[in-house]
Amino acid sequence: MRSDAVVLAVAFGYLALLFVIAAWADRRAEQGRSLIGSPTVYALSIAVYCTAWTFYGSVGRAAEYGPSFLLIYLGPTLVMLVGPMLIRKMVRIARAQRITSIADFISARYGKSDGLGALVALIALLGITPYIALQLKAITLSHAILTQYPAPAAETLVDAGFWTDKSFWVALVLAVFIILFGTRHLDASERHEGMVAAIAFESLVKLVAFLAVGMFTLFMLYDGPGDLFARAAAHPELAQALSLERVPGGALGWVGMLVLATLAFLTLPRQFQVLVVENVDEGHIRRASWLFPLYLLVINLFVIPVALAGVLLGDTALSPDSFVLTLPLAAGLDGLPLLVFIGGLSAATGMMIVETIALSTMVSNHLVMPLLLRSSRMRPGSRLARGRGELTGWLLGIRRVAIVLILLLGYLYHALIGDAYSLVTIGLVSFAAAAQFAPAMLVGLYWRGATRSGAACALIAGIMVWAYTLLLPGFAQSGWLDMALLSDGPAGIRWLRPYALFGLEGWDIYTHSLFWSLLANIGALIGVSLFTRQSRLEQTQAALFTEALHSELIHRTPLWQGQTTQGELRELLSRYLGTPATLRVLAEEEHQTGDADAARPASPTLVARAERALAGALGNASARVLINSVVRGEALDLDAVLSILDTTSQTLEYNRRLKQKSQELTTISEELRAANERLRELDRLKDEFVAMVSHELRTPLTSIRAFAEILRDSHGLPEEKRRHFLDVVVHESQRLSRLIEEILDLARLESGRLTLHPERLDLATLARRGVDAVQRVQEERGVQLEVKIPDSPAMVIGDPDRLEQVIINLLDNASKFAADEDGRVRLALERHKRHYRLSVEDNGPGIGEDDRERVFEKFHQLERQGESDAPARGRPRGSGLGLPISRGIVAHLGGRLWVEEAPTLGGACLIMELPQAPAEAAALGAAASGDE
Amino acid sequence: MPTVLVVDDEPNIVLSLEFLMQRAGFDVVTAEDGEQALAIVADRAPDLVLLDISLPGISGFDVLERLRADAAHKRLPIIMLTAHGREVEREKGLALGADDYITKPFSTQALVDKVKGLLDEGR
Repeated sequence: MRSDAVVLAVAFGYLALLFVIAAWADRRAEQGRSLIGSPTVYALSIAVYCTAWTFYGSVGRAAEYGPSFLLIYLGPTLVMLVGPMLIRKMVRIARAQRITSIADFISARYGKSDGLGALVALIALLGITPYIALQLKAITLSHAILTQYPAPAAETLVDAGFWTDKSFWVALVLAVFIILFGTRHLDASERHEGMVAAIAFESLVKLVAFLAVGMFTLFMLYDGPGDLFARAAAHPELAQALSLERVPGGALGWVGMLVLATLAFLTLPRQFQVLVVENVDEGHIRRASWLFPLYLLVINLFVIPVALAGVLLGDTALSPDSFVLTLPLAAGLDGLPLLVFIGGLSAATGMMIVETIALSTMVSNHLVMPLLLRSSRMRPGSRLARGRGELTGWLLGIRRVAIVLILLLGYLYHALIGDAYSLVTIGLVSFAAAAQFAPAMLVGLYWRGATRSGAACALIAGIMVWAYTLLLPGFAQSGWLDMALLSDGPAGIRWLRPYALFGLEGWDIYTHSLFWSLLANIGALIGVSLFTRQSRLEQTQAALFTEALHSELIHRTPLWQGQTTQGELRELLSRYLGTPATLRVLAEEEHQTGDADAARPASPTLVARAERALAGALGNASARVLINSVVRGEALDLDAVLSILDTTSQTLEYNRRLKQKSQELTTISEELRAANERLRELDRLKDEFVAMVSHELRTPLTSIRAFAEILRDSHGLPEEKRRHFLDVVVHESQRLSRLIEEILDLARLESGRLTLHPERLDLATLARRGVDAVQRVQEERGVQLEVKIPDSPAMVIGDPDRLEQVIINLLDNASKFAADEDGRVRLALERHKRHYRLSVEDNGPGIGEDDRERVFEKFHQLERQGESDAPARGRPRGSGLGLPISRGIVAHLGGRLWVEEAPTLGGACLIMELPQAPAEAAALGAAASGDE
Repeated sequence: MPTVLVVDDEPNIVLSLEFLMQRAGFDVVTAEDGEQALAIVADRAPDLVLLDISLPGISGFDVLERLRADAAHKRLPIIMLTAHGREVEREKGLALGADDYITKPFSTQALVDKVKGLLDEGR
């Protein structure tokens, strides 16, 4: 079952399956039934993040350093959960600018710089090749363990010749696969459907394989997690392994690792490839933002159990990196180890495939092509400017050679120096290299001022520090350099020791390297950017990148793609069609616009007509190429682009403002209507009020005038009658004055101009005074007044005159409505929590539930509402203003006035509540008087 | 001697109207509200009614409407008295069949003249 032949057959069978899946997906895509139009496939393809390093190395790291391996997955999780907008922005830019790789992205951001693209490609090649080697190493190692167990795995690669080395053949098969499915189209910005489908499938395979090992460990080797952890707890050194203290570099190490993983997730060429270049739909990002973190969570679920079980196995000869494989092997299983091997193989090949495609695109587009174009520029009319097929062949050829070379390079690295490092070390060194792209990329996305020189200096500075603090020490440790470099520094300069630069000691090497390299990187980016100027193209690109989320219209407008001038179009046409034909093509446009300004931009219609004219003479393909050459050239015309950008963003801004204004207008008109309604209502109320007032004034005035006329016209009136009538006139005049006073009070209350003179006063005293004032009138009316006022003072803040007015009004009111026979009114003052309540009740008919608020309306007179509510006969009517005024006064003093059913007398009960005066004021007052 | 019914809920206004009518030589009966007024009309058959509009309970308009609805009182002279000066109400009163409409405060002389005029007409 584990014979070399079987394992080889299974491995190559698996690779063959990948071919089938990729071919099938490509066919589906050609039929228009794309497989990868699914957010789930997108999320799974991002899981190419989990390489052989995850598959084997996580357990190794967990066994060595405890749960710190999780940080490598926490970083990407954070990016996906927090940064979908960032990814969306990158995807949108990549689509608009037809970005093919991270090198392309950074080069495009900084004015489509050749040099920057080449720099990024070189760094990627330098930093990532070891990572590819790492995958090959994992394949070789796992194969050796699988076939040789229980004998210690012996790698026999270089000595035995590369043709017997399985990893060489794996690399070769992968090269074929990548050439077949990664270079189908010339346009590298197009999606590699087959490849993405195969990668998503591989993500599933490695997940299933790892889960299988996990389940096996937990439920077959042990009786579930409880059992495993209980047994592990018996070993104190294991319990310690799970503690957080064993993270290298302590808390700083945690932060360093997290930052490293976060940045690398965005800048590793393969991650950029699947995350940005291969994204077919921005909407997929949303599902990936939770599905991918979930994937990471699940694949890490069993890392610690497997690590514990591996250590518990107690075989010190086994490397923790291979526990995943050796655990089932030790249990004597055959099938599971094979599945694990396939899982590891899928993790390794998935990474190699995507990474190689990304790197080969960079190499061909940013290292080889610029050189070719530069040389062809010297020779006008070279073959690069001619037929399309030839150019396509060239490009694809370059890319294919690059693929083979990259894999070969990886293989060589693996064969020659791969042994010196553990899986984790190589991975982290790669991560740290990729992280150097982050400042140029991320800062460039948000800061328009970042310049090409800044980015170039940043990349160079960052990678130099990286090389000095991670790569060189690595060489030293491999025995290629003198170890004295590490212990004493170069030439004995101690503060230049690579692991303790400038005396920074006690940090783990990755955090240390990351700190210094990013410091140099970001410092150079910002510093140099501030002191260098951008070219026009840089300015344009910087604007397009930073404004990507706001300027989608710019990218969609046909003008952008078809931007050229009439002059250039004329030149092109006349070169191929001759002047008379050119003039005929252009004549219509000039006729329409009325001038033949060569600098005027050509309309998209004119470009289309020119292309048709060219196609008539040269064929469609050539016409497209030629027009594209003019349009491309013109797309670099910064004035045009900048003005489009400006006008478009101005238009967008204008539109936005217009929309906002119109919304504001709608709101305002809504508000105006409401205000108008309110005004109308107020107007109606005012009319009503005026009518009421005039009615109320007319009534006493009627008596006054009638009796005045009677007194004037009636001669010989008996003295007694005359006096009676005069009394009426006087009485009604008083009523009239009172009414006017009340109306004025009300007006002041409502306009807030009522001036109160609040002071500390004793409500009990005031209530007694009010009782005294009405006592006589009450007795005349035959109403019996009961008073229950406590002896202790009831201090409140209030205007004494106004409060007395309120109390008298309440008593007067009550006496009017008290029962005809045996009328009774009761005034009580008591404390209620932090308030004083003065209640006045009567034994009258009471006030119905519905009317309890209405009595506080102006001119609401109960006597109008019906017989039962009317005041007892023979008692004067009120104006209907007393209660509203009283309530207004009480409210001004911070209190309340309301109606309840009388608790003891059964009629109505009006309750006035005022807050207790603060005690401190009393104390202060006492202290002040004491001082005097 | 013709009898005049004075309907108002303001005691002093009733007092003044009572005096004015008596001085003009009429018998006077008074009512404080609409129900009382209707009862007196049925009972005492006054020759003329001075009817206030704002009354407790049923309003002066209601009283007017009910009286006019009764064939016996179709031609009973009724003068509306009101403190509401609005034109609408005047129209309403006249439409409901009031013979005249006098706004408070009124000229005593004009009121007496109107009462006399209406009683003469009826004769």
